[in-house]
Amino acid sequence: MSDTSQTSSRQGSSLLELSERTKKRNAAEARFRGYGMTAIAIGLIMLMILVFTIISKGVGAFQQTFVTVQVELLADKLDKKGNRNLDDIKKVTTFGYSPLIRAAAETSVEQAGIATDLKSKDIAGLLSKNAAATLREYVVSNPNQIGDTVTFRFLAQSRVDGYLKGRVTRESIANDKNISVAQLDLVDQLVDAGVIQKSFNLAFIFGSDASDARPEAAGIGVSMLGSLFMMMVVLVLALPIGVAASIYLEEFAPQNWLTDIIEVNIANLAAVPSIVFGILGLAVFINYLHLPTSAPLVGGLVLTLMTLPTIIISTRASLKAVPPSIRDAALGVGASKMQAVFHHVLPLAAPGILTGTIIGLAQALGETAPLLLIGMVGFIASNAPDGLASGLLSPNSAMPAQIYEWAKRADPAFYERAWGGIIILLVFLITMNTIAVILRRRFERRW
Amino acid sequence: MPLLWLVLILIAASIVGFFLGRQRALHTADGNPRDLHSLPSYYGHNVAFTGLLPALIILVIWVLVQPIIIDNRVSNLIPSTAIPENSTLGLVMSDVRRVADGLDHAVSEGSLSSERASALQADKTDVRALLGESGIAVGNDVRPEILSAAQKYRKINHVGSSVMTALVLLIAGGGFIYAYSVTHKDFRARNIVERGVLGLLILAASLAILTTVGIVLSMFFETLNFFSLHSWKDFYLGTTWAPNFRGDSDLSILPLLWGTLYISVIALLVAVPIGLFAAVYLSEYANNTVRSFAKPLLEILAGIPTIVYGLFALLTVGPALVTFFGQGNNGILGVEWMAGATSVLTAGVVMGIMLIPFVSSLSDDIINAVPQTMRDGSLGLGATKSETIRQVVIPAALPGIVGAVLLAASRAIGETMIVVMGAGAIAKFSLNPLESMTTITTRIVSQLTGDTDFASPETLVAFALGLTLFVLTLGLNVLALYIVRKYREQYD
Repeated sequence: MSDTSQTSSRQGSSLLELSERTKKRNAAEARFRGYGMTAIAIGLIMLMILVFTIISKGVGAFQQTFVTVQVELLADKLDKKGNRNLDDIKKVTTFGYSPLIRAAAETSVEQAGIATDLKSKDIAGLLSKNAAATLREYVVSNPNQIGDTVTFRFLAQSRVDGYLKGRVTRESIANDKNISVAQLDLVDQLVDAGVIQKSFNLAFIFGSDASDARPEAAGIGVSMLGSLFMMMVVLVLALPIGVAASIYLEEFAPQNWLTDIIEVNIANLAAVPSIVFGILGLAVFINYLHLPTSAPLVGGLVLTLMTLPTIIISTRASLKAVPPSIRDAALGVGASKMQAVFHHVLPLAAPGILTGTIIGLAQALGETAPLLLIGMVGFIASNAPDGLASGLLSPNSAMPAQIYEWAKRADPAFYERAWGGIIILLVFLITMNTIAVILRRRFERRW
Repeated sequence: MPLLWLVLILIAASIVGFFLGRQRALHTADGNPRDLHSLPSYYGHNVAFTGLLPALIILVIWVLVQPIIIDNRVSNLIPSTAIPENSTLGLVMSDVRRVADGLDHAVSEGSLSSERASALQADKTDVRALLGESGIAVGNDVRPEILSAAQKYRKINHVGSSVMTALVLLIAGGGFIYAYSVTHKDFRARNIVERGVLGLLILAASLAILTTVGIVLSMFFETLNFFSLHSWKDFYLGTTWAPNFRGDSDLSILPLLWGTLYISVIALLVAVPIGLFAAVYLSEYANNTVRSFAKPLLEILAGIPTIVYGLFALLTVGPALVTFFGQGNNGILGVEWMAGATSVLTAGVVMGIMLIPFVSSLSDDIINAVPQTMRDGSLGLGATKSETIRQVVIPAALPGIVGAVLLAASRAIGETMIVVMGAGAIAKFSLNPLESMTTITTRIVSQLTGDTDFASPETLVAFALGLTLFVLTLGLNVLALYIVRKYREQYD
């Protein structure tokens, strides 16, 4: 026994002692395994960085700074004739309201017991340029309030908002015309006095987009409606067409050249770059059929063509999963082939079809590139549609297009909006995918 | 909106037809459904479909064909002398269409009576100012021949629409009456309806072909227009991209192709090793717990919309790279290699992250398809697990993996939002990955957004770029599918 062990140790092939070569091979094994783990780790870290970036940068958009001021609605400024005639009141433009706001801003600083050297114009400059329009809107809808003193919560200017959120600092505004260090000092004092406060920003979720100069007033609500109308078009068109095409290909299609061409086409369409669908939409729907530019209807049509392959592929998979015995049983009791498919196979495949459709819709909801070409970017989506026809045909934006629009603008305050918009978009996508997963888990049948 | 009304009328009529047909069938059987050949609802469907479908098909064809015929008829009216230098018939026709739309708009707004609109004469009235009042901007002054062509255009358009409405209603009415009259208890309604439904199913399936044809045609004709204005040699072989909206632009695809391929290569350099190793680890090493949480998490990366990656590139990765490679002495490395946040590296890295799950899940499927017996054989001969993977599994899966990489490359070439936001807008040949470069998709977006004039080569070039992109990605996909399919046959 000891002899053999000595012999083998001489030859370097003991089972208990690793030879150089085995060590090397084991090290290579460990390294290889390490590479794999590193790869997974990199992927997951990237995902974490992405999620962290989105949340940390976007969560600020849901908070907004407001300034509480008491505005005296002076009758001699707003209603010079004193007859409370709505047409006369409407003649006063937003410029006519700015003196009131200036006065109100100055009074509220005084009331807070703050001494400042700033002029009233600079104090009112802490408010959003939206304030005058908000005030005018209020007065026009409540003309009997003229003469009273009303408490308003105006949006603060985006620099003030940025200062409270840490985006704007005293150093960063050295060359900024919109705000001065003295104004920031005043902001600090007003925050202590409770005049300036941060609170939840519902207007970001439900509001409309605003022009370049008013990032604080921009919201994603109107483009959300645009996306909603597009998804309606996609659902109404893609689901029936996709299901019909899948039923034909899966249940009825004979093996011939036409079927082959259709199959090859569907496979290829699934891989065509989305921008090409945008070119198709521009050339066919807008240039040829003269449908209105920027309309959610056109966006929906383009996205329908884009999602059809996804829906067809998943529908075919779920039709295929229904066992032939179901069809045979239906045919056996005298149903026609069509009846067997529509009365028995289709209902059994419905959960799978629905899941595939929801995933296709989620994909369409996040798609941006084709929308750029049909003009859903580049204007301010400010008016919410007031009905089905205007929702489909009047120009609108869509959520991803709105995010892109914000990312293009020069003011960094819009970047926060863009990240915030992404949070909302992702909430929609996560919800849709969760519903799809739940549907699949709940209704999936194993035959 | 008369077209919508027409469709609604048809739908309402078919609903009424359904009930009438069913009732008549039951009536002929004296109210006993067992005497009918088919179930009562089939008779209703027969009446509804026979009226509705032919009318709808005629309607769709008419709507699609009418613009072509009108364009042909009207463009014959424009004498070749009326086409100015360095312009085309297409440009003049788009003017005609704009004037005609403007007149329509003015009439519908009520600022112009329809008689006056057809009697306008360009040398007597300033049509441009007239249209400007109702909010339609016309580029040039409206010349007499354009105005008369526009009036003709309107006239044919109106006649066409009324004939269409009449014809469609007639066909629908005829269909309903015929179907209603043949409804009888012995009529084989189910067979007819099922044949009709089968036709609809075939139609839906053919939409895939129609889409492809639409894509190719929509780009092909505009590309031909482009090549009639700009030499194809310069487009495919020239070396400068410098669009100039006053005309006389250098429009060559090569610098754009270079940027596209450079970014795609960087993306693949990121995605392929990570994706491949992740796939190998997941399919060969990971236990079920790791697999069940790492795989879905990685696949989340594929479900994130590209606009998110674009924003990530523009606002996070780009500035991060600048703090490494730029900003003089304030940067971490203290070098001045990178001026702005947009660069080939920015776009490439972010696109690589996007493609990781794409490569990993495709490779995972392919690696799993390698038969277990091959692994067992290798392990039985004493190879370690990693040796088995490197020398047996990967070579066996190689064609499939190559296919997956090609599919990823095609995805990278066609990707738009990441490069629009992360790559920049300067077309040049450069090897420096820290410079900003531009891609085919970026230029398509920039040439087709904003104010576009569909008669200038600067706009039309986008269609030529699109067609090239389509052919390129299609070629890669077909190649990838071919390779994958060929491989699969070995083990099935």
